[in-house]
Amino acid sequence: MALTSQERTDLKRIGREIRETIVDVTGWSGGAHIGGSLSMTEIVTILYWKYLRIDPKNPKWEDRDRFVLSKGHGGVGHGVVLCKRGFFDFKHLEEYNHTDSMLGMHLDSKKVPGVEVSTGSMGHGLGEAVGLALGARVLKKDWRVYCVIGDGESNEGSIWEAAMAAAHYKLSHLIGFLDRNRMMIDGPTEEVMSLEPVADKWKAFGWNTRVVDGHDLDALADAIEAAQAHTGSPTMIVCNTVKGKGVKFMEDDPAWHYGGLNSELVQKAKASIAEM
Amino acid sequence: MPESGLTWTVYDADKMTQREIYGAVLADLGDKHPEIVGLSADLAKSTKIGTFGDKFPDRFFNFGIAEQNMFAVAAGLAKAGLTPFVSTFSAFASMRACEFVRTDVCYQNLNVKIIATHGGTSFGSGGATHHATEDLSIVRAFPNMKLVVPADAIETAHAVIACMRTPGPVYVRIGRGFEPRVYEKTEYDFEIGRAVEMKPGRDITVIATGVTVFHAVQAAKILEADDKLSVRVINMHTIKPIDRDAIMKALTETRRIITVEDHNYIGGLGAAVAEVIAESGKGCAFQRVGIPDCFISHGYPEDLMNLYGIDTDGIVAKVRDVMGREFETDEDWEDEV
Ligand SMILES: Cc1ncc(C[n+]2csc(CCOP(=O)(O)OP(=O)(O)O)c2C)c(N)n1
Repeated sequence: MALTSQERTDLKRIGREIRETIVDVTGWSGGAHIGGSLSMTEIVTILYWKYLRIDPKNPKWEDRDRFVLSKGHGGVGHGVVLCKRGFFDFKHLEEYNHTDSMLGMHLDSKKVPGVEVSTGSMGHGLGEAVGLALGARVLKKDWRVYCVIGDGESNEGSIWEAAMAAAHYKLSHLIGFLDRNRMMIDGPTEEVMSLEPVADKWKAFGWNTRVVDGHDLDALADAIEAAQAHTGSPTMIVCNTVKGKGVKFMEDDPAWHYGGLNSELVQKAKASIAEM
Repeated sequence: MPESGLTWTVYDADKMTQREIYGAVLADLGDKHPEIVGLSADLAKSTKIGTFGDKFPDRFFNFGIAEQNMFAVAAGLAKAGLTPFVSTFSAFASMRACEFVRTDVCYQNLNVKIIATHGGTSFGSGGATHHATEDLSIVRAFPNMKLVVPADAIETAHAVIACMRTPGPVYVRIGRGFEPRVYEKTEYDFEIGRAVEMKPGRDITVIATGVTVFHAVQAAKILEADDKLSVRVINMHTIKPIDRDAIMKALTETRRIITVEDHNYIGGLGAAVAEVIAESGKGCAFQRVGIPDCFISHGYPEDLMNLYGIDTDGIVAKVRDVMGREFETDEDWEDEV
């Protein structure tokens, strides 16, 4: 068991708080990419509270691990995590989406402490993660690079170009997470552009591949620790998740890829999260 | 039915975004034109090409989030004899798939119609990754490409219909849903390559395109009332091929020209007009108004347009500025050539 029972309890609580705040921000900002932020909550929670070597008070610390949200439209989820982890003040969440504020729909590395690269256009982040990992090798640094990609995003050819490069250069300090929520904007991934067998694809591209339940904290912990110990190739952890996880009326509904919430729906969403 | 074949009116358009009327008109065109096929990249809903897709599921293809491949396939479909309409956000049509559009579509001069949505600052809170303030200059440089930026919903309808009369590649750039109406009537003389005079005027000409046409008309009204200026407003809905005659007429008749666009002021409308003026050998007080060669911030589109001076306020200020500039207004051209 990679997690102590205390850790498990804490991470669960933090995850719930993150989901609640994502709901709040979606409510007061007029709209956000809520579905894909809720599906990746456990992945980013366990990374930011257990595995990432970071210092929120010193976000540019040279030896930090690098986290890249390749599916950059998960900005609201990432923003809430960074705020709760102490990178910036809560008032920035209140100003989310406001003109010229710090936090917009896609987090901007030029503005937001803790954001390594400006993502939002699909299929860029994994390549940048490869660059960060190669950089560590050239500079003889021991930082690791963690990167979350979307399953719809995996349609982009550039994802597979990056996959080839990472395997070619044997970047075992690059650990990827596929948020396999099976939904994109226009519908289920297997109806819009089929991706299966996706784990086999990553294996065929030379990645150490493992499939887990992406909402199971223990399974994630095991997979991450195994990936950290693995040598010779990068790891892709295929995380089976549910889009909109935790908010029953959003789960598995592509209509909640992006949406707004009035105060009634905010209350309904929070009640649902409280039952998790 | 009017000559254009358009079944929608300005009153319908009042309740529709440019995207919505595009989807509706394309679905209508699909009846008459079995050669039309639709393509999108997980943005069928967002761009509204899905309206066509729902009606003609066998003639609609979603490629997932893979824009480069989508444009290569569109080229193949055109080679097979079909007329592909391809829709994604402007940022991805012009930049992500750039070389596929240039080499596969334009080099081979194929009959591919690109309806690119969320142009300019209209994505607002989407930020730099989603703003498209360079697309006009990128796409304008492709040989064979025609470049149309409709001002409002009804003009979008005319532009989509005109695509079918226009052989070869066309790039139609529309917004996200922040496009106020500028036309009073459904029918007017819309032709790709010919500008529309929205308002006559003698003192200065504002040449605008896309959503800024509305603001130019508003600005002209304010300047007329407050400054007693006679401001001509031209809707340059086609940036390529540019309407030289309209520019030269404005040059000789008003001798002061401002261009306005929801785009970097480099390479788009302002550049196209400047080229015509410079090559004419005639002098003219001239000012480009657009995004000042920077990556813009994120925020509400109306705020951004105000922040970067491309809305009514910005145009009013720029007109006053240009009116105050020293410029020879005599009829003697010789000393200026
Ligand atoms: C290159 C590019 N094309 C299109 C888009 C528009 N877009 C934003 S999110 C999205 C769907 C993403 O689906 P997925 O990767 O599965 O994310 P998730 O379901 O986890 O939110 C699309 C098409 C984009 N951001 N970038």
